[in-house]
Amino acid sequence: MNQTPEAAMAAAEAHNREFLVFSLGDEEYAVDILKVQEIRGYENVTRIANAPDFIKGVTNLRGVIVPIVDLRIKFHLDKVEYGGQTVVIVVNVEDRVVGIVVDGVSDVMTLSPDQIKPAPEFGVTLSSDFLSGLGSLEDRMLVIVDIDKLLTSDEMALVERVAE
Amino acid sequence: MRMDITDFYETFFEEAEELLADMERHLLELDVDEPDVEQLNAIFRAAHSIKGGAGTFGFDVLQKTTHLFENLLDHTRKGELALRSDIVDTFLETKDMLSDQLDAYRNGDEPDQEAFERICRTLQQLALEEIGQDLEGGAPPSKPEPEPAATPEPSAESQAADSAADGGGRRVVALLGVADKDRELLVEELGQLGEVIEQRGDQTRYEVVLESTISDDDIEAVMCFIVDADQLEISAEAAPAASEAAPAASEEAPAPSESPTQAEPSSQSAPAATSATPPAEPQPATKAPDDKVPAKPKSKAKAKAKPGGSESTSIRVSVDKVDQIINLVGELIITQSMLDQTVSELDGPANGNLVNGMSLLQRNARDLQEAVMSIRMIPMDFVFSRFPRVVRETAGKLGKEIELVTEGESTELDKSLTERIIDPLTHLVRNSLDHGIEMPDDREAAGKPRTGKLTLSARHQGGNIIIEVIDDGAGLNRDKLLAKARENGLNVSDSMSDDEVWQLIFAPGFSTAKAVTDVSGRGVGMDVVKRNIQGMGGHVVIMSRPGEGTTIRIVLPLTLAILDGMSIKVGEEMFILPLSAVLESLQPTREELYAMAGDDVVLKVRDEYLPVVAVHEALDVAGAKTELTETIAVIVQGEGRRYALLVDDLVGQQQVVVKNLETNYRKVPGVSAATILGDGSVALILDITGLHKLSRAKKEARRPRRDADSLEAFSVNELETSS
Repeated sequence: MNQTPEAAMAAAEAHNREFLVFSLGDEEYAVDILKVQEIRGYENVTRIANAPDFIKGVTNLRGVIVPIVDLRIKFHLDKVEYGGQTVVIVVNVEDRVVGIVVDGVSDVMTLSPDQIKPAPEFGVTLSSDFLSGLGSLEDRMLVIVDIDKLLTSDEMALVERVAE
Repeated sequence: MRMDITDFYETFFEEAEELLADMERHLLELDVDEPDVEQLNAIFRAAHSIKGGAGTFGFDVLQKTTHLFENLLDHTRKGELALRSDIVDTFLETKDMLSDQLDAYRNGDEPDQEAFERICRTLQQLALEEIGQDLEGGAPPSKPEPEPAATPEPSAESQAADSAADGGGRRVVALLGVADKDRELLVEELGQLGEVIEQRGDQTRYEVVLESTISDDDIEAVMCFIVDADQLEISAEAAPAASEAAPAASEEAPAPSESPTQAEPSSQSAPAATSATPPAEPQPATKAPDDKVPAKPKSKAKAKAKPGGSESTSIRVSVDKVDQIINLVGELIITQSMLDQTVSELDGPANGNLVNGMSLLQRNARDLQEAVMSIRMIPMDFVFSRFPRVVRETAGKLGKEIELVTEGESTELDKSLTERIIDPLTHLVRNSLDHGIEMPDDREAAGKPRTGKLTLSARHQGGNIIIEVIDDGAGLNRDKLLAKARENGLNVSDSMSDDEVWQLIFAPGFSTAKAVTDVSGRGVGMDVVKRNIQGMGGHVVIMSRPGEGTTIRIVLPLTLAILDGMSIKVGEEMFILPLSAVLESLQPTREELYAMAGDDVVLKVRDEYLPVVAVHEALDVAGAKTELTETIAVIVQGEGRRYALLVDDLVGQQQVVVKNLETNYRKVPGVSAATILGDGSVALILDITGLHKLSRAKKEARRPRRDADSLEAFSVNELETSS
């Protein structure tokens, strides 16, 4: 961070957003921290039959039944293992609570608007519709996921559409 | 100084609705020849309370209508107006009008002015004809009244008093037998209405001297939210130190003790009647208190005959709050089971105290759960009480004579279910009245009493409530039903069992009524009735005998929040079956299993062939037993059909708290809901019909491929050879 006068810092901070950075394989992703309710371990998930493979099932989060989605399977990562490092990020999306399985959570980053670049049209597995952009941080690149759009999308099959 | 009165709108609407329901009940129960004074009083009180509230909130039309109504009722209860059944009908009509007006206000509309004028005219007419008197005050503006007393504006006399009172109406508000806590609240309220000059007294009689420009009526109306009207006494400050308004006020107002009945209705001809007219336009409580308001120095001590004990002590709580408590208690139960499991693994004797404590905790937690669940339960009376009206009107329209008998009104049912059962039940009752019970002459010809009997009954049976609509009419006509079914292109045969024939009436678009009446006969509805009841997890059974009548039985679960479940194991996974659906379980033998059309299997149980649904197959459970004879067949019933579910193991029975899957996820085929087990893990509650459909769909999808895998999974190969 550059050393700037405090007043300028405050003005800039108004537009800065904080992101929770998590890893899927070797890639680093980020979600808006305001969407995150809590982070917990992966345990005790009850499988749901006839659901897509990335929906691992449901778990009991203090009396609330919460579906668990494994983003590694969704993003077609090679290695999907469940271990002590595997964590579930519980997010709040459109009044719903959903857990997403990731390989690990690294840190919380503050990004200023000019650090967020528009996402290129690239993904086959991950459409750029579900990205809010790419965060560049010196030599690191963060894929900023629009978790609202991703989890409520039809292909996630998490939300029942009225038309159905 | 400003009170936001709109906060109380909802409370008023709910209360008024209850009062109207009470009123209707009393009106219907009323014996016209020998009316019960208590009931007349109750009806009067209901009208009066609504009037008070309507006045406070500025619902003019409602207030004026209730005012007229109240006055008529007052004559009735004093015996000056003899009741007739057509008068009761008028009263019922008025009550309906009040409901309509209430609904209009609730939706933020103005009530129908025409209807209002009509009902006012009807009531005035009734008063003129029956007691030769005009009802004072409250006439609709469009109908000019000859007497000045009838106009809502304050008369000259009261205006004189008003102007005096405007200078500072000082009066004594006495609270009789009000508890300390309520008193503080009341004094605070009074402080909002004016200036509290002095307060004195004890619990039996606590006097507050108030300097205010607000009328007594309005003070009373505000206070009545907290105390009963008879706990309140408002009189002008008699002390000479009071403002000049005081003497004028006390002149006109009789001392509180001298007016045993409420001043308004009793004063029929005296000029005091004018002051009884509630201020029509300015409703001070809704506006700032410094509005110019005719303050009425008339005493309104309501030492009127108001027998206590009629009001039950209850509080109004939002359903959300109750549901939250139920959820929390559910959590507590789960935590308690988890602890229990841990404790059971400890060395018993060494941890005696802990074990004892745990069993105590368990008992308390269960009691708590039961108590909390009972909050949601309300008696069926809530449902049944609306039927006397339905029956009375329907019977009137049809020209039939019908006696309604209700049984088991105190049977309790979950509130959400009670609300949902009303519509289907109303439909069934109308149907029985229209199609079931014959015309009086026909009945006589058949050797039955002219008056038909319709019985509504409710009772508990196991975890279910059974609601029956029983008529002693002609019964269902098998031949007519079959003929009609053929006409409608339904697939029927003469060899169908009675039961199956009766179920035909639930087919969409089915009606055997010769003519469409406005009561029923359009054939729309019975299928909806059945769907609604199934939607509540219940089913309908029909029993009928020609010439003796028909019984329609609705079987419903008591509550949707808690389920008696049977836990079963398939592979390593645990599922819950609703215990109410489980009939029996058995170990199938090779001789009882028959293969059908390749990969369908049926199980023969006591001369009945049941479709076999392998749970592991429908739900893709890995590692389950695939050898049919090693599994356990649970015979279950869903939507009237029976199935044999193949599972690995029966684990036990337990009560589970039903958790919705759709809150955060979506509907899952074959699964109705989820629950949390003692170890904190989630188990899915199976939906039997859905499971069967799922298993069929799976077989269907696999059929073209017909790979050896699926056949092996079902070991049909062996079966084919063995059978």
